Amino acid sequence: MTPLQTLPDWTAMAPAIVLGLTGLLLLIIDTVDPETSNNGLLAGVATLGSLGAGGIAGWFLIAGTGMEQTGGAISLYGDAIVVDGMSLFFTLIFTSVAAMVSVASYDYLADQRYQGEFYSLVLFAATGMTLMAMSNSLATVFVSLELASLPSYALVAFLKKNRGSVEAGLKYFLIGALSSAVFAFGISLVFAVTGSLVLPDVAANLSNADELVGVLGLGVLMIAGGFAFKTASVPFHFWAPEAYEGAPAPVSAFLSSASKAAGFAVAFRVFTVAFPLDTVTALGGGSVDWSLLFALLAVVTMTLGNFAAATQENVKRMLAYSSIGHAGYALIGLAAITVGNSAANGDVLGASMAHLLVYGFMNTGAFLFIAMAEKWGIGRTFEDYNGLATKVPIAATAMTIFMFSLAGLPPFGGFVSKYALFYSAIESGFWWLAAVGAVNSALSLFYYSRVVKAMWIEEPSKPLEIGSQPVGLYVAVIFAAVGTVLLLPGFQPVIETAQTVAAALF
Amino acid sequence: MIIEALIGVTFLAALVTFVLPDRYAGKAAFALSLVPVLGSLVMWQQYDASGNALLGGNIAFETDVVWLQLGQYDLHWMVGVDGISLPLVVLTTILTTLAIVSSWTPIAERQSQFYGLMLLMEANLLGVFTALDFFVWFVFWEAVLVPMYFLIGVWGGPRRKYAAIKFFVYTNIASLVMFIGFISLVFGLGDSISSLRLPEIAMALQSGQLSGFAGLSASALASVAFIAMFLGFAVKVPVVPFHTWLPDAHVEAPTPASVMLAGVLLKMGTYALLRFNFTMLPETARSFALPIALVAVASVIYGALLALAQQDLKRIVAYSSVSSMGYVILGLIAYTTYGVGGATFQMVAHGLISGLMFMAVGVIYNTTHTRMVTDMSGMADKMPVTAGIFVAGAFGYMGLPLMAGFAAEFFIFKGAFESTVMAAMPLFTGVAMFGIVIVAGYLLFAMQRTLFGPFRFDGDYEITEAPFHDVAPLAVLLLLTIVLGVSPDIFFTMIQDAVNPILELGGAF
Repeated sequence: MTPLQTLPDWTAMAPAIVLGLTGLLLLIIDTVDPETSNNGLLAGVATLGSLGAGGIAGWFLIAGTGMEQTGGAISLYGDAIVVDGMSLFFTLIFTSVAAMVSVASYDYLADQRYQGEFYSLVLFAATGMTLMAMSNSLATVFVSLELASLPSYALVAFLKKNRGSVEAGLKYFLIGALSSAVFAFGISLVFAVTGSLVLPDVAANLSNADELVGVLGLGVLMIAGGFAFKTASVPFHFWAPEAYEGAPAPVSAFLSSASKAAGFAVAFRVFTVAFPLDTVTALGGGSVDWSLLFALLAVVTMTLGNFAAATQENVKRMLAYSSIGHAGYALIGLAAITVGNSAANGDVLGASMAHLLVYGFMNTGAFLFIAMAEKWGIGRTFEDYNGLATKVPIAATAMTIFMFSLAGLPPFGGFVSKYALFYSAIESGFWWLAAVGAVNSALSLFYYSRVVKAMWIEEPSKPLEIGSQPVGLYVAVIFAAVGTVLLLPGFQPVIETAQTVAAALF
Repeated sequence: MIIEALIGVTFLAALVTFVLPDRYAGKAAFALSLVPVLGSLVMWQQYDASGNALLGGNIAFETDVVWLQLGQYDLHWMVGVDGISLPLVVLTTILTTLAIVSSWTPIAERQSQFYGLMLLMEANLLGVFTALDFFVWFVFWEAVLVPMYFLIGVWGGPRRKYAAIKFFVYTNIASLVMFIGFISLVFGLGDSISSLRLPEIAMALQSGQLSGFAGLSASALASVAFIAMFLGFAVKVPVVPFHTWLPDAHVEAPTPASVMLAGVLLKMGTYALLRFNFTMLPETARSFALPIALVAVASVIYGALLALAQQDLKRIVAYSSVSSMGYVILGLIAYTTYGVGGATFQMVAHGLISGLMFMAVGVIYNTTHTRMVTDMSGMADKMPVTAGIFVAGAFGYMGLPLMAGFAAEFFIFKGAFESTVMAAMPLFTGVAMFGIVIVAGYLLFAMQRTLFGPFRFDGDYEITEAPFHDVAPLAVLLLLTIVLGVSPDIFFTMIQDAVNPILELGGAF
């Protein structure tokens, strides 16, 4: 018996608990002496908390907690929470992004007020995301989604003197509230039909719902709408460019990487566990066939995101739209699920999860580079980035890695994760989905390479003044770059873990 | 493990050079690049392979381990060399070192980045020529683009941005087309393969495992895949009419990048054509003999005519590359031991000679700051050594006996005349041979106007002999050209050994 199994069950939630406690600790530190700036201490505690939670999640994953070989998923609180490989895998994504964002915020927040609040909001949001990944009941899904969202609204509007930031926060909040309402309404419809909120029970009661299949379909559609908001997928995407552009850049990194992954975590679980495709397609002549819905959403989302990104003049906005495009790629994981082929389903869902992990590194890194540029005060358009490589070659190299990796160019992590994703889609018979993805991916090179071209090839259009060399941001950006590169040779354990834990859902 | 060591050392050298201060970067890059040269020579000396790597031959320095398990097709880290790839590995290492030396004079800014990118490109090129798994090969293949994009875009001439983007977009789209072609072939093979290792795929194709895919019959799928791959590689070679990116890239690129572009990067295209199209789908290739031969001859003649019309020395050499690479295509489609072997030999020979010519033009440009034929005359009076080497290189280009170019072209023409792929092959060969006359024409024309006659120079620069470190790489290349011309067997026996299994498939024997 391994030591893990002798611990009480609730310790399986340790990553979420550590994140939550760190958030509280940060508030306490700030309360002791609110007038002085403890930026270094706060950033350090936030980073250590995130790394600690991530370390525990990684340890659990290696030890096999909640996975098949150690007796299956650990259910807590009357099945409302479940700890399995998938939730731990996603926890790893959230915590690594949170750690990078915490380190980077050290410089970004140096002359801002409310530092303690900032870090604790980040940590509370991360707690909510971790709980989202562990949620096994529509009630906990809703609560944890709100726990992740409410701090995010405040974080987006954090620069309260900045009109863009406040406007972005308001927009994010209004659309978030609306989609929460839609989501809650969807939950109530599903509850009305199945009489249960716990995901496996919902699935078990679906067969009784034959007369109410229309109501169920509406409920599923509304729930899908809630996820589309959280993952910034079409048609609930239009808050994303505004929010990502207006928010402080580390917050944009956090939202577009971790928050999006959290949306996918809960979408993957809810749709595969509560509405298994082979059950819902048998209802009322397949009118609840959500695989088609997601296939449509995936195609529209990646195409729209890519084309919108190509027309931007502002780097941060371009990244925001490209992040919508990447939501489209990740949606392939749900779209390519087929009836009665659980091995292929696990593969494609796992590939989607692995892409989200790689994306967590490359996208966070890219936004943190923008945070650096904001810190230097060099502006936000492509022209403002002209000639940056002559001043900061190391950081520009890291940004180049992120851009080429996001475009899916070898030899970076983004190439192999996209390959795995498209390959798995083809294996499931969705070769047209993979083709649309591949073409989109090739097109995306156009706008990603504009950043590279501006930094390395163009002459500066105005004298570049690089004031400071922010240590924390550098550490975070280089960490993300090294991660992006190493995820190519080291992709095997990632995809293996992802596909194993995803297969357990089917 | 020597191949892994070679690639790894070169990567490390690139990283080290990238962070060194500018002052030391050039010399350090040169010193570091001697390690891969030494490594490739050791490989050559210890080479013990036989046959063709893709067709069941004995592969030298082979490594084959599973890297990524994903669904049905495992991805392997598989590298190794045979008689086709080893000469190109040696060419890559030697040419990179010489190109680095030739950068000392012209490259004045952001030196550590420049030399770092050169070494990075070398590492990726070594990967392209040694990888035997499609996935690994494709990673290296695409990764070559990135350093070249920067080399042209940052250190290039006035229209460098346009040229860099054009190069990047053209070759990247070509890669995508090629990728789709190859992957459709893989899906057509279905369950008969379990990985993307090239030998496994080639053997499965030879044993007739190809079945239809997406509504295409097996033979239609083979044709579609062949065309897609051919188009993809043809851009890289480049053959007419896909050559338009090349003069732009060449003219704008700094001299060392041109050397690498003409010397090695173009060979990626013909190497891949040989490995993929002509080895894996020989029947399909033979059925397309007429269009391919047409394209080859068009490249030879049209490239040479374009060169004849140029006033810019670098453009002359650039277009002549289109012409020379046309010979390679002609040799490949001949499907005879001398044809395919000569094509492979021409890859090496052209790598040396075009490198030599680009460097010579670069040396003249460093001194005169112009490349226009009309701006100068009688340069041989002031820079006799450079002029002498230029003339010798040009003679090599024209195919003067006892130089590598002669051996290569002789093999190709011999092979093409013997070819049985179609009745009209001797006619095509005869027309292509006419290209030699045009080559002699434009090279003699250029030399006559620039090097000889009374001295005249329309510029403000003092014309003196180039420094030793500019001329030395030229001399080394000239020496290698002569050595390879006098004794082609240095590479030709191993090339023949690797080529013959392909011909047995193609039914030429």
